[in-house]
Amino acid sequence: MPTVSVKRDLLFQALGKKYTDEEFDELCFEFGLELDEITSEKDIISREQGDVRAAGASDVVLYKIDVPANRYDLLCLEGLVRGLQVFKQKIEAPYYRRVGATDGKPQRFIITQETAVLRPHAVAAVLRNITFTQERYDSFIELQEKLHQNICRKRSLVAIGTHDLDTISGPFTYTAKAPDDICFKPLNQKEESTATELMRLYKNDSHLRHYLHIIEDEPHYPIIYDSNGVVLSMPPIINGDHSKISLKTKNVFIECTATDLTKAKIVLDMMVTMFSEYCAKPFTVEEVEVVCPDGSTCLYPDLAYRKELISGDTINQKVGIKESAESLARLLTRMCLKAEVTGKADEIEVEIPPTRSDVIHACDIMEDAAMAYGFNNIARTKPKTYTIANQLPLNKLSELLRLELAAAGFTEALTFALCSQEDIADKLGKKISDSRAVHISNPKTAEFQVARTTLLPGLLKTLAANRKLPLPLKLFEISDVVLKDDTTGMCMYVGARNNRRLCAVFYNKIPGFEVIHGLLDRVMQLLDVKPSRDQGYYIQAASDSIFFPGRCAEIISHGKSVGCLGVLHPDVINRFELTMPCSALDLDIEPFL
Amino acid sequence: MADAGLAESVLERLEKLDCGVDSQDVASVLSVDHQAIVGAVKSLQSLGELISAEQRSSKHWELTAEGKEIVEQGSHEARVFNAIPTEGLSQTDLMVESIEDTVQDKLVQVQKGLTGKLDEKEKNELKKRKLLSEVTVKSYWLTKGPSFSTTVTKQETDLTAEMIASGTWRDKKFKPYNFEALGVPPECGHLHPLMKVRTQFRQIFLEMGFTEMPTNNFIESSFWNFDSLFQPQQHPARDQHDTFFLSDPAVAKDFPMDYLERVKKVHSEGGYGSQGYKYDWKLEEAQKNLLRTHTTAVSARMLYKLAQQGKFTPVKYFSIDRVFRNETLDATHLAEFHQIEGVVADYGLTLGDLMGVLHQFFTKLGITKLRFKPAYNPYTEPSMEVFSYHEGLKKWVEVGNSGVFRPEMLLPMGIPEGVSVIAWGLSLERPTMIKYGINNIRELVGHKVNLQMVYDSPICRLDS
Repeated sequence: MPTVSVKRDLLFQALGKKYTDEEFDELCFEFGLELDEITSEKDIISREQGDVRAAGASDVVLYKIDVPANRYDLLCLEGLVRGLQVFKQKIEAPYYRRVGATDGKPQRFIITQETAVLRPHAVAAVLRNITFTQERYDSFIELQEKLHQNICRKRSLVAIGTHDLDTISGPFTYTAKAPDDICFKPLNQKEESTATELMRLYKNDSHLRHYLHIIEDEPHYPIIYDSNGVVLSMPPIINGDHSKISLKTKNVFIECTATDLTKAKIVLDMMVTMFSEYCAKPFTVEEVEVVCPDGSTCLYPDLAYRKELISGDTINQKVGIKESAESLARLLTRMCLKAEVTGKADEIEVEIPPTRSDVIHACDIMEDAAMAYGFNNIARTKPKTYTIANQLPLNKLSELLRLELAAAGFTEALTFALCSQEDIADKLGKKISDSRAVHISNPKTAEFQVARTTLLPGLLKTLAANRKLPLPLKLFEISDVVLKDDTTGMCMYVGARNNRRLCAVFYNKIPGFEVIHGLLDRVMQLLDVKPSRDQGYYIQAASDSIFFPGRCAEIISHGKSVGCLGVLHPDVINRFELTMPCSALDLDIEPFL
Repeated sequence: MADAGLAESVLERLEKLDCGVDSQDVASVLSVDHQAIVGAVKSLQSLGELISAEQRSSKHWELTAEGKEIVEQGSHEARVFNAIPTEGLSQTDLMVESIEDTVQDKLVQVQKGLTGKLDEKEKNELKKRKLLSEVTVKSYWLTKGPSFSTTVTKQETDLTAEMIASGTWRDKKFKPYNFEALGVPPECGHLHPLMKVRTQFRQIFLEMGFTEMPTNNFIESSFWNFDSLFQPQQHPARDQHDTFFLSDPAVAKDFPMDYLERVKKVHSEGGYGSQGYKYDWKLEEAQKNLLRTHTTAVSARMLYKLAQQGKFTPVKYFSIDRVFRNETLDATHLAEFHQIEGVVADYGLTLGDLMGVLHQFFTKLGITKLRFKPAYNPYTEPSMEVFSYHEGLKKWVEVGNSGVFRPEMLLPMGIPEGVSVIAWGLSLERPTMIKYGINNIRELVGHKVNLQMVYDSPICRLDS
């Protein structure tokens, strides 16, 4: 969930009301936000770098507010205030308009064929006659960053560039070139460098290094020029220094290059709807003509309004309230979804503004009506759904066996389903290639390399962590292991399956094979399987690297091998950092369902 | 009994007295060490009400080793004086010719037991010089008990089969039990606390008529884990940083293809009244195998199966099982945890119904004060975070997540249009940690737990 930090006093000034922290927290809760933290720059620096560094920092109170991940329109002070003011019915939602250039000739942004394999899409717009103050400027930069981190997926899907239009002249060309053929002075640098040099330079930049991978290995890098060959930006890495914006900038040129056109349009719409407020003609945005490689042209920003029809009855039924269509329309209007009754039965016409890209279905409209009504004002009702409960047979059996194993004197362990390759192979004297383990491609540490194929390593590690407790230690676990499996089942096929197993260990000064054997007999008795060669179960000598030679047996039930038991091999005992003899039982319980 | 003879001597001594006697006096009269008398008193006490003994403590002054030396040989000052040979002294005109060794005198008084002759100041001065020390002596004030007798009869420790057979138990006296001591712990196994809480949650769902879903498939395809839930392919949860993907087996191959096509369409183009996400949906992305990040993947499979059965019947499902996240680990987050999930599918379910079901569910957990915050989740709309009022913390804390599954998820499956599916989820670990007062999740789950915690954990009743 993105967090937006805003200055409290600035926020209250814009809202035209002072709230106590509790009151504002309450307002956030109702609106689906969360007042996560109340802090100051000084607090933050002092917490991260110590009091000394924090000495001169600002102690202006900051509110850190958690915003739902799909509400890009609430990612800056301007949007938050607008949303809350409309919600509190203090203002009406503004109408955002795309307008033509004053001279009738829109700026042109030409995309060349070379970008097709890299970042084929681009959109652009102009904010004309804008007035920045320090706060507005900071918020403008901050919103770009928030969008980059969220909807833009760390600039991989969309990258935003903002420029002082008065320093450049169109038409602009968006193309791609070999890194050595690109040379310009990047933002806040003194010298010109080639793109190759820049990529090397930014390797150590704490901020920019995270974006280099997006284009690093490409033969060509995306680049935007003006008509005089001035570099606007090299997306998605860095802007040019020449066209950088400042507090004095009056006309802002915004371009977004993208791999996902839908998201580029949303991002551009967000930038311009939020900040056109500060233009000489508020909430108007000057259009830019984008020329595609095939010669087709589009005007941006999109700023598309969409209309949806929804019946009041549908909303009432889904939410569980009984409001008139008029009342529902008023509720929706408070959520920036301008709504009116059409007069046809209880039909409501809802206008979805460009700021609400999250509204993609009638159910989103219905949710907004419920939010404005107040979730906690809705009567809590009992559904009439009549059903008979069933347990999953495998879980039912596991539950019953767990109780009986505890009654038999064994203590339940709960170990991880993920482990290292070593745990299930080397330490048990086996080769990982012989196991049927599924392998994780992106483990952060060795603890998460594979899913366990046996419960034994977890139990042995539990013993090792509890060597100080009085002996004997008797442990069991009934849980799932994961095995690769190529047999196909109906739509379930992923190439692996779980297997429910029962594992128990007996750890003492003596091996206690008879104890673990006795436990097997008890489990079989509970499962109503008799000791018998033909119609029940028996054990027979076997060999396995886990067990001491001659002290290992395979369990056969109704002619099928279902597990094994034995005295652990001293090498296995040592590898798990244990010192005493240990016997173990490992049983597949699925055949007994 | 330490010394039956001594105990009887104490009784005899007591018989001659009408009032009572201090155990220290008994010791000096019988000329034995006081500790031996204390032993005898204790064994007499264990025999019933022969005597009554009231503990008291008295303070008295005793000489230290150095003090005793001074009593014998004189104070250090006096010894210096005495050591000066008469002839070898330069200052022959000494002020004094003889001295009075007051230190020695005072210590002699103490040794004779005449401490009272010294005032407090003098005593403290000698204490400072480490010649005297103040000792506290614990003694007993002994009086006759209700069943006083001078003879000691041997008491039996416990009833035996022989006594029952012969009837001799009638004439025997039995040693009283010490009810202050703990009993012998029974030899038994123990259930793990997290599993005890799981059992209770299972029970609650079963009481509410919910059927258990088959969640025994940790490995899932991205398709069922994300795509079927209308979670777009660029969603951050599908990032390598959040989810464990598999290298072997890397991809799933078998999908219900007609359904897959409908999922692809609703993502990339919309439909069913939705705008969709309008992006290029890729099969390769859906095929990627992973360790499921939520049990909702199983709910999706179950709802798809339900839609395939022809005529829709209402269902209530639940599951409690492991899920996996490739997250940063801390005191409350592990790479795997248990998710509790409840799902109800029926015609005409409302948001009010979801809140009602949650109210019933949480009441069974002993939580009655609930409120709901609007939230965002890619596959539910509306989505609500569930908060409960924590009496201890005096604030609202999040206890779960809930919502109504989106039509973009249900309609491609073939679930009829009028059917709503409400669902909620929470983790099993968090309520267990609160229940058992555990702050670090590593002390609850995994091989590093202290088994003593497992041995000692009480049964779990969530509503009390």
